[in-house]
Amino acid sequence: MGWFTKSKETTANSESPKKEDIWIQCPSCKAHIYKEEWEKNLKVCDRCHFHERLTWKERVDMLLDGGSFVELCPKVSWNDPLKFSDAKGPYAEKAAETCEKTGMKESVATGTGKINGIKVAMAIMDFRFLGGSLASGTGEKILQAAMVAVKHKLPYIIISASGGARMHEGIVSLMQMPKTCAALAQLKEANLPYISIMTDPTTGGVSASFAMVGDIHIAEPRSLIGFAGRRVIEETIKQKLPDDFQTAEYLMDHGFVDMIVHRKDMKEMLFKLLKYAGCK
Amino acid sequence: MSLDFEKDVADIETKIEAFKAKNPEATGELVKTLNGLELERAEKLKELYATLTPWQTVQVARHPERPLIRDFIKGLCSEFIELHGDRLFGDDHGMIGGFATIDDRRVMVIGHQKGKELDEKIKCNFGQACPEGYRKALRLMKLAEKYHIPVVTFIDTPGAFPGRDAEERGQAEAIARNLLEMSALKTPVVAVVTGEGGSGGAIGIGVGDVVLMLSNAVYSVISPEGCASILWRDGTKANEAANTLKITAKSLLQLKIIDEIIPEPVGGAHRNYEATMKTSKKVILKHLDALAKVSPKKLTARRFEKYAAMGRF
Repeated sequence: MGWFTKSKETTANSESPKKEDIWIQCPSCKAHIYKEEWEKNLKVCDRCHFHERLTWKERVDMLLDGGSFVELCPKVSWNDPLKFSDAKGPYAEKAAETCEKTGMKESVATGTGKINGIKVAMAIMDFRFLGGSLASGTGEKILQAAMVAVKHKLPYIIISASGGARMHEGIVSLMQMPKTCAALAQLKEANLPYISIMTDPTTGGVSASFAMVGDIHIAEPRSLIGFAGRRVIEETIKQKLPDDFQTAEYLMDHGFVDMIVHRKDMKEMLFKLLKYAGCK
Repeated sequence: MSLDFEKDVADIETKIEAFKAKNPEATGELVKTLNGLELERAEKLKELYATLTPWQTVQVARHPERPLIRDFIKGLCSEFIELHGDRLFGDDHGMIGGFATIDDRRVMVIGHQKGKELDEKIKCNFGQACPEGYRKALRLMKLAEKYHIPVVTFIDTPGAFPGRDAEERGQAEAIARNLLEMSALKTPVVAVVTGEGGSGGAIGIGVGDVVLMLSNAVYSVISPEGCASILWRDGTKANEAANTLKITAKSLLQLKIIDEIIPEPVGGAHRNYEATMKTSKKVILKHLDALAKVSPKKLTARRFEKYAAMGRF
């Protein structure tokens, strides 16, 4: 069963259902949308086309054939090579809390699955896990999934959702940029397709590594995609940036994204592209 | 120019200058006094530099008189033929490169250029390269691969340029492309962090078979100030951020991110260019000679394993 068709908790016993159980407010245009309609629309506002961030499981349900997903390296988790601690306390505590909250061990889930019958390797980032930040476990999982793709001659799809490298693992996080790219170079050497899907947000060390070296770059509408942060750029150049700066549409205008695909059309588009890439 | 924490040394230097001014032709006992002061200065400097904190090291790495890529080229190479442009957009002065000869070895030298005088600094964007800089670097690396000569990169940047134009021309894509191509480049790459290894801007030319670091250089995922302003919500906590980020050569050697430290002379590279060049040359040549014996196939396989192992605990 798809996540969007999950049976809702019944409210039959309560006197009247709460407002937030019936409708939600679009975070972008503030329009009120029936929750059922919102879920059916894959968490996209049908008025302004705002795409809400999704969890990795929601992405699996949205893109892969039912029951085809097999998770890879579920045990690979975050590490604390620097024994990092900041004003809010130790990184280890923060990471452990995040694991508890999200049920994940790192900011990415990887696995194999099928898109209309075509077998693919996939890495799906999840923004809930420390802003989808790239750290040692993330890099290792993305590399391992690429190795599975090479071994079994599968196309590779990475869905990015990340603010960039995770400061708490310091230089080790930075090294995940060359590490993931080295894995993709193996894929390239083996002549296997690699499709990069950029979702909101894809910035910093993730945009400056695996997300930007796809054969094909797909972005979800209005996603934030870029290298440096808007505030840093404005402070550097002492100018105000246009409102649509670093949006998916802006990136496409500047030649860095092949296409912007609405979530409801994503699976079908991936299927078509995989066919062109010669996948069976 | 002396740094804040070098006050004791600066005080002795002031004393020495005053003494010299007062006694232009010192003899006998006076010479002894002068020598004593010189010795005191040397001892103090040695003591200070043996126990630099990470934040103090950042200041040494950013010292305005620290040797820059042009100084390294002058000090190490008997010849340098500069090559310009990325063939796509322009020529980035913040990233330079060209053919060079170190002793009798022909190499391709590539690196960030910060600039020394203000005019030059502005022209170089203070060593913050733009996409065309990274693409020029890649063009030269591919040329080196074609001509079978090794690549030596010199890393010294606060970071890749965070500008509107840089974003529009694909700063992220340019760095990402370099990471992908460098990881599979079929010629040896020796990367040397000489000053500031600023995040993505540094790694964009930093994927090497061997990564070296000068003893007072720093290398980090984010500047200590940037980290402090995000995680401490206070940019002045850079000192604490520097401690916790593990950015010194010694820490990075322990973390197995770098392969060897190039020791700087007492008081830092800026105090003695000649000694810095001599040691740097020796270490770089040692690695170039060792890498020259490895077949391209083995080289790229080893490089892949090196990076695949990073962050695997």
